[in-house]
Amino acid sequence: MSVYRHDYLHNGKRTGFGYTCQIRVWLEDAMRELINGAQAIVRGAIHSGCNFFAGYPITPATDILLYMIRELPKVGGIAIQAEDEIASMGFCIGAAMTGKRVMTATSGPGISLYSENIGLAIMGEVPMVIVDVQRMGPATGGATTVGQGDIQFLRWGTSGGYPVIVLSPTNVPECYNLTCRAFDLAERFRVPVFLATDKETVLTLATVDVEEFIPYPVRDRIGAPLDGEFVPYRVTTPDEVPLMSPYGGEHILRFTTSTHDESGQLTKDPEKVRKLNERLAAKVEAHVDEISMVKADMQTEANILIIGHGVVGRSVEEAVIQARKKGKKVSALSILSLWPVPEKAIKAAMQGIHKVIVPELNLGQYRLEVERLAADGIEIIGVNRVDGELISPEEILAQGGLL
Amino acid sequence: MMDQVTTYLDKTLLPYFFCPGCGHGTITDHLNAAMVMLQLDPRKVIIVTDIGCSGLADKYFITNAFHGLHGRSVTYATGIKLANPELKVIVLMGDGGCGIGGHHLINAARRNIGVTVVVFNNFNYGMTGGEHSVTTPVGGVTNSTPFGQLEHPMDICQTLAVNGASFVARTTSFNKGLPEILASAIQNDGFSLVDIWELCTAYYVPNNRLSKSVLENSLADQNLATGIIHRSSSPEYSQAYRQSVAGEAGKSPMPARTIQQKYHSNLDKRLGIIVAGAAGKKINSAATLFCRGAVQSGLYATQRNDYPVTVKSGHSISEVILDPAAIRYTGIRKPDVLVVLFKEGLNSVRGQLSAMNEMDTLIINSDLLPVQTKARQIGVDFKQTGRWYNKKEYWTIMALAKLLCEMSIFPLESFREVVKGRSEFVEENLAAIEAGEKLEQ
Repeated sequence: MSVYRHDYLHNGKRTGFGYTCQIRVWLEDAMRELINGAQAIVRGAIHSGCNFFAGYPITPATDILLYMIRELPKVGGIAIQAEDEIASMGFCIGAAMTGKRVMTATSGPGISLYSENIGLAIMGEVPMVIVDVQRMGPATGGATTVGQGDIQFLRWGTSGGYPVIVLSPTNVPECYNLTCRAFDLAERFRVPVFLATDKETVLTLATVDVEEFIPYPVRDRIGAPLDGEFVPYRVTTPDEVPLMSPYGGEHILRFTTSTHDESGQLTKDPEKVRKLNERLAAKVEAHVDEISMVKADMQTEANILIIGHGVVGRSVEEAVIQARKKGKKVSALSILSLWPVPEKAIKAAMQGIHKVIVPELNLGQYRLEVERLAADGIEIIGVNRVDGELISPEEILAQGGLL
Repeated sequence: MMDQVTTYLDKTLLPYFFCPGCGHGTITDHLNAAMVMLQLDPRKVIIVTDIGCSGLADKYFITNAFHGLHGRSVTYATGIKLANPELKVIVLMGDGGCGIGGHHLINAARRNIGVTVVVFNNFNYGMTGGEHSVTTPVGGVTNSTPFGQLEHPMDICQTLAVNGASFVARTTSFNKGLPEILASAIQNDGFSLVDIWELCTAYYVPNNRLSKSVLENSLADQNLATGIIHRSSSPEYSQAYRQSVAGEAGKSPMPARTIQQKYHSNLDKRLGIIVAGAAGKKINSAATLFCRGAVQSGLYATQRNDYPVTVKSGHSISEVILDPAAIRYTGIRKPDVLVVLFKEGLNSVRGQLSAMNEMDTLIINSDLLPVQTKARQIGVDFKQTGRWYNKKEYWTIMALAKLLCEMSIFPLESFREVVKGRSEFVEENLAAIEAGEKLEQ
């Protein structure tokens, strides 16, 4: 029986954040589950203390809404179907500022409608988790077909261009693990954290060894001190995340979608506005090492690297197994944290590499990031499908010249 | 005890930033008076403002504030109230917000969520330069209707009253009784609307020669009632929600249905199985039972379902992959086994049929024969199964049992045990498995 190790690479080094490796071998008395990504995401959310959910039905994200409506009341939470996607976000943002841990789920067309409130959540520093179960676009596209066309949209999908965090699970257990991580990062950075997943991962039942579900420790909220002055957006360093005080708590809280000073009052003072806007970027981008997550499967002497994300990461793993059986030397990297781009890990994985293959269910969106990070002379090949079908391991091997 | 609050306004920020003669300052004063009357705890009050000149009002209050996106103020207010029902949530919005956010207003009224919406209704958009709004009267001149408004004005009050709002008032900013009306609105448990007509001295007044008397007369001319015009006593949403789910508290969320290996499979390679049937015939649920039987026998299984949006008509397909090793790629390029039960399914898998070769297996309802394929064909005749012929929702279980007899993928006993472990249809499913074993070609 073969053992496949998947080390999580952190800042170019093999380490972890609570879960370092998966050993894909079943023990004699292993317990398994037949479960899909929707169930795993809901379970991850509940583990993370999620107690408020609002969403609007949209294939293929509806199952998450339906599970949350049934399950959250069991843990004292609130889950509601809103009148549309805009209201879903509005409800979540309002609830988050009372201290709830909030999540919403939709698909690409819903993200379009979330857009203005994503910007508001960035501006007001709202901790929230947004699940995007990607389907094929553009527009209503293919409701029941898989896609990865939102990868750049999630990063740049609101006015101003300020950063968000995007995690992308490659399989069902990672739907759980990364949902937990998404809540942790939302709490840590007070920013919308996306779980970019897809129809295939969320709706297809998979067999999971229960040990692959690795709950991330739940980060307690460190609220603003109850005594003394509370200034909602007062910080001392240019990348600091201010402490929260909820509506209805001891302090008066001012929240605004407009440029504001540290007390939350609207301001156009250039110096105050500059500090605010630069901090909204720096609080995420200066901490990329804390956020970066990749799965690296490096082979010594390999000069070919396959980089995948999301569901395609699984075809990458399979392609690597097949290639190595044929004696090919090949390395693989699955990007679990798409934004901010884990640049150090990607650059480290490209050391000594001559050719990088980037398969994606879009026309080459994340390949843009790989291209800008690649040293001169590295050949970069995209393997792309936008027909609603998955990319098979054989296609990766064939188009990557690995047959 | 909280000290007596004499004002909820931050006097250091006064006077208001509003234009001379604008009604916004008057309304803000009256709202302050209402809050003084009610002696609300400022920490328990959230003033949610929309975009527009009315959105400048929250800054003057010593309470909590939320200044949100245009038209969405009611959604933030709903989230806040739903999350923490003890809070007093007051939305200040203009007639512009009632246009772009009309959908949210109607739905907030339908829920009777306990927020108070105060509309600063001056018939045009002041902040962006005097454009028409949903309340601009017919003929009203604005900078975007220079030849006169052609659209009918929306009656905000009636719209929300007929859609579930439990408190609706219409008045003008000149009404000296406005603090009492606002206080009643805030005290109402459910959704409250106060539609306050007023003057925009920057745009609507000069463009239309509007004045206090013209404004007051126009209400009478249009036969519009003023004061508190609607009250009802329906349950407030955040409370009603909590009551409706109270019975769920403490139940275990998403209990894991773990599967322990109890049987052994001799399958030594990946097997792609497609079950092609018709909607409403339990294709997907039978395939899931089959997958659980496989997992119980030490295999990895994945299952992908496909059916049209009309869930009760058309095809229903389950794509099942079984593998002794972990399954990564979940596509089936060509099935190793195809189970075809109904013509709707057959029409969806003709491509796969022609791709299959001599090493592959087709189990097919013999009524659907002949078909063009190189695969080994096992026709099954449901007509000879007696009572099962009319129980088409059990045909999938029967055919999958037959498949296990033909190919020994995993023990039939494992399939039986999974069926027994279900809470529903145990007897029928077990009988169907037995009937499947006896299916004749």
